[in-house]
Amino acid sequence: MTRTVRVASGQGFWGDSLDAPRQQVDGGPIDYLMLDYLAEVTMSILQKQKERDPAMGYARDFIGAIESVLPGIVDRGVKVIANAGGVNPVACAHALLAAIARAGHGGKVKIGVVTGDDLLPRIDELLAAGHELKNMDTGAPLSTVRSRVLSANAYIGSTPIVQALQQGAQIVVTGRSTDTALTMAPLRHEFGWAADAWNELAAGIVAGHILECGAQSSGGNCLHDWRNIPDLANVGYPIAEVQADGTFVITKHPNTGGRVSVPSVTEQLVYEMGDPHSYITPDVVADFTSIRVASDGDNRVRVHGITGGPSTPFLKVSIAYRAGYKAVGSLVYAWPDAMEKAELANRILRERMDRLGLKFDQVLSEFVGANATHGHLAGDGRHAPEVQFRIGVRGEDRASVERFTREIAPLVLNGPPSVTGFAGGRPKVEEVIAYWPALIDKRVVTTHVEVLS
Amino acid sequence: MSASTVAVQLLDIAHTRSGDKGDMANCGVIALKPEWYPVLVRELTTDRISAHYGNLISGRVERFELPNLHALNFLLHGALDGGGTLSLKTDAQGKVVSTAMLRLIIHVPATEAAALGLPLYSAPV
Repeated sequence: MTRTVRVASGQGFWGDSLDAPRQQVDGGPIDYLMLDYLAEVTMSILQKQKERDPAMGYARDFIGAIESVLPGIVDRGVKVIANAGGVNPVACAHALLAAIARAGHGGKVKIGVVTGDDLLPRIDELLAAGHELKNMDTGAPLSTVRSRVLSANAYIGSTPIVQALQQGAQIVVTGRSTDTALTMAPLRHEFGWAADAWNELAAGIVAGHILECGAQSSGGNCLHDWRNIPDLANVGYPIAEVQADGTFVITKHPNTGGRVSVPSVTEQLVYEMGDPHSYITPDVVADFTSIRVASDGDNRVRVHGITGGPSTPFLKVSIAYRAGYKAVGSLVYAWPDAMEKAELANRILRERMDRLGLKFDQVLSEFVGANATHGHLAGDGRHAPEVQFRIGVRGEDRASVERFTREIAPLVLNGPPSVTGFAGGRPKVEEVIAYWPALIDKRVVTTHVEVLS
Repeated sequence: MSASTVAVQLLDIAHTRSGDKGDMANCGVIALKPEWYPVLVRELTTDRISAHYGNLISGRVERFELPNLHALNFLLHGALDGGGTLSLKTDAQGKVVSTAMLRLIIHVPATEAAALGLPLYSAPV
């Protein structure tokens, strides 16, 4: 009998179901629970929170998630890996220790903390040393937006998490780990995969990719046969049952809704995919054209045959910077001639902006219900029974964006007829935090591991 | 189209999922049956996809083949009005760019459609 390690997904993003972690820990046997909290924009939000309060800057939902699974992890030894630390993993770990003590389990759970991904304090030193941190999309050097940078984090791989597990941590908290590292690390720890066992490591990445978006691989947001996917109100989150050779089965707990099928897993495999021949991570470059998927019974999909190759000398860096302001407002026009009325409102509003001399970097009008998502492919919207006119502006000047938000409501009384849907009031002006992807030499990023109890 | 060809809508022969990478949307197109995958490979050329999306995208289209999954992956450059938090679009993350793909109608030889059991497209009245 070959040994199986079960890694369960309990969170696909910050804001995902609060019940999923407990459902995964209590719904059947698992060895590890992985929780992914970070998206590109999340780090800058957390950085702002940390600036206001130095004890903040992590995903606070995580504390509640751990409280909900504590009895299960204390009794059964389930381990948890989460990138909930955001820009303050140490504060997150201390908040967690306090919560564990409050629940009467003080001293029973060791917490590993991974740091070193945060490059914000080092950014000028790095630029001075010749690391340009050029924008991967535009080629522009970071110096062009340096004064507006809010956060800068290297995507780190599974190695420091493996070290924390080796040191006895039962919960590992990281900052900007890659999403896939949260699944990879327990597999490396359990199976002792070498740093150049490329095919096994690539399999770990593929398992991580399938788990990292929560129920999106187990029937959620699944287009294939969506009408017949059962009981999404009680959707089961995915679990990877992994063997030492890197083959694995994706499944979910019994008595849960959703569906694990070849189509549901395949949809997740192609999600956010670039060049499938080289899915680049800090640990390995995985080849998604090698993946074989096959049905292995009810709600079980077998994944095997995965190959990979050496990782690159770089880590990706996620930098967030202030990029002006934006606001989006909308009004709803009803039949008859809903689309024509919405179009007239658009022309009036744009003329008003011209008369006021408002200048923006971007103005976008959409007609929701007619063509907002499919454009010309959806036809001209002439027969739409109602149309939401949605208009957004973005620019450097906050006052101009503010002035724009005051031009929408007047259309209710002085624009085209049959208008409603303005109860939300004036649109809110939001600061735009933009994302700057860059690469950095792996050797200059040093991670640290500490185990607390 | 000549009498020897028939119309087939992508909606009836494939399923899709899309997401974002900066200002680029990715769109995975998966054949509903393995034997239909070669039809996708032949018909869904980058030129065809580029023409289909038209002014919905401002950049080029790249295509990758995944015969192991009976799938194609398209990268649609300049699909997201700047992408990420800069974008003002409802679909700023390209989540439903993939459904616009499904509107595509291709024309295949009637004999091939019969042999492969391809569902035929009939325009809504």
